[in-house]
Amino acid sequence: MSAQTHAGARRNWRWLPFSPWHFVLLPASLILIFPFFWMLVTSLETPGEALHFPPILVPHVIRFANYRDAWQAAPFGRFFLNSAIVAVVTVICNLVLCSLAGYAFARIRFLGRTALFILIMTTLMVPFQVTMIPQFIITKWLGVNVLAGVGINHIGALILPNAATAFGVFFLRQFFKTLPVEYEESARVDGANRLTVLWRIVLPLATPALATLAALTFLDSWNNFLWPLIAINSTNQMTLPLGLATFQGAHATEWTLLMAGNVMSLIPMLIIFFAAQRYFVRSVAATGLTGA
Amino acid sequence: MAASETSLSRRRPRAASRTRARVISSEHFTGWAFVTPGVAIILLFGAVPVVWSAVMSFQRNNLLSPDTPYVGLHNYRTLLHDPVVAQAVEHTLVYTALFVPGSMVVGLFLAVAMNRNIRFINFYRTAAYATMAISTISEALVFIWLFDPSYGVVNYLFSVVGLPQQQFLNSPSQALYVIVVMTIWGWTGFSVVIYLAALQGIPQHLVDAAATDGASAWATFRRVTLPLLSPASLFLAVWLTINALQLFDEVYLSTQGGPLNSTTVLVYYLYEQAFQNFNFGYASAIAYFLFLIILVVTAIQFRVGRRLTYYRS
Repeated sequence: MSAQTHAGARRNWRWLPFSPWHFVLLPASLILIFPFFWMLVTSLETPGEALHFPPILVPHVIRFANYRDAWQAAPFGRFFLNSAIVAVVTVICNLVLCSLAGYAFARIRFLGRTALFILIMTTLMVPFQVTMIPQFIITKWLGVNVLAGVGINHIGALILPNAATAFGVFFLRQFFKTLPVEYEESARVDGANRLTVLWRIVLPLATPALATLAALTFLDSWNNFLWPLIAINSTNQMTLPLGLATFQGAHATEWTLLMAGNVMSLIPMLIIFFAAQRYFVRSVAATGLTGA
Repeated sequence: MAASETSLSRRRPRAASRTRARVISSEHFTGWAFVTPGVAIILLFGAVPVVWSAVMSFQRNNLLSPDTPYVGLHNYRTLLHDPVVAQAVEHTLVYTALFVPGSMVVGLFLAVAMNRNIRFINFYRTAAYATMAISTISEALVFIWLFDPSYGVVNYLFSVVGLPQQQFLNSPSQALYVIVVMTIWGWTGFSVVIYLAALQGIPQHLVDAAATDGASAWATFRRVTLPLLSPASLFLAVWLTINALQLFDEVYLSTQGGPLNSTTVLVYYLYEQAFQNFNFGYASAIAYFLFLIILVVTAIQFRVGRRLTYYRS
């Protein structure tokens, strides 16, 4: 479909009561939504209907039993709880630790600042696959020798390595540097210490950047799969993606059950996403604008 | 600490009062106190592992035996002669070469279509954004079902239009392409968001000026819009490529590298070597090899891209 035919035909489409772009957008969005629709339909069918060929687009009876069966076959509530704990704690840790570090790198002159900042920035380009094996060994060691709660096979292992990221430090530092320094200086003259300045003056001005970092960190944490796959093997510590993958391994061809599990694991994120769609969209767009 | 205090007092010799001087001289301490918790985590889980895995790549390290002797370049030499690595590189590059342009074209096309105020536009945009909310695992799971050879909807549609039934993920010659399709769908929201944001940054008067000069809609798009979008395109190309070269989740869930190794990509092979065979030394060498590929490919993209990119300022 070329735009030339569109341009030429634009005049011919004046008679339409709506924009001709609907002819493009309606089918496109139906295709985009279809996988969601199809997992919902399958999750409400009987196994017999699901394995019917040609496929049955509308189930004869809405059957919720698949959800009950899936819920009993795997602890989806537990997966959800683990995902939520990991994502929320990771976000909070990142906001706190990256704000502190980002602010210090932006405003405080201290010995070794530049060297330390460059060191952190070099880790930014390294893909996770390069660091994952030592990260696994370190986490395992920590769990055995320091604190069992952060070791392998505990959700703490999913939080700690991501509790602060080079990206977060860099992102907030860049944002803090754009803020006018005058407010901070006058507060400092009035006797406020750095922590008070950060908390009372800088962070309120940085709300958009903090929201962006929170949204991106949340999405990353929620959808992370490779690290949980390596770090976790007992069912009650699994997050949703890992739990779902394990569930699929155990019920490979029971499509009604699998799709019920898939819908259940998708719904929390869909709700969160649509509730804060503007934030998520703006945050993702921000990665593009900073990059471009 | 003492040395730093003198250096600071030299920088600000006329500190107003004793308290002020103490505040300033404690800046080093404050700075370090602020950065330490975050930086410690980044160094422990980011910087230390970079060095550690480099060291491991020169060792024979397979967890089963306690000693890890240095073997020089042995792991890298093995890698260059490993037929599976050659296949994995090929699959990774073929996948990237299809996924990145595919994703960009879909994103650009939809973003241009959605960059207007018409009825239901929020519904259309939300349909694209929704793909950002789905995890790679959920995405792969539903696409395995859609592309199921016996009961899948796609084969049904094929039968409706008279095409022969396909084996899709069970076929060595098709599986990788099915993964391309599912990941393009999964990244639609991202590409659309990036392009929509860039489109909305284009000043309307530039487009209007071209139209006033008699340019057709296509010529305006080709000569005005597209060049103005080129920074976003370069960003997307690099970002999608980095992610494509690290493809893992969908392969793990849908094919486990099969059938007949036809979807074994580098990260999947690395995962197998590291966490199924526990060849940490060899896996580290593969990881660095992957890192090198990512660096080379993105460097080429930046070089070529910069020449094709138009920066308005």
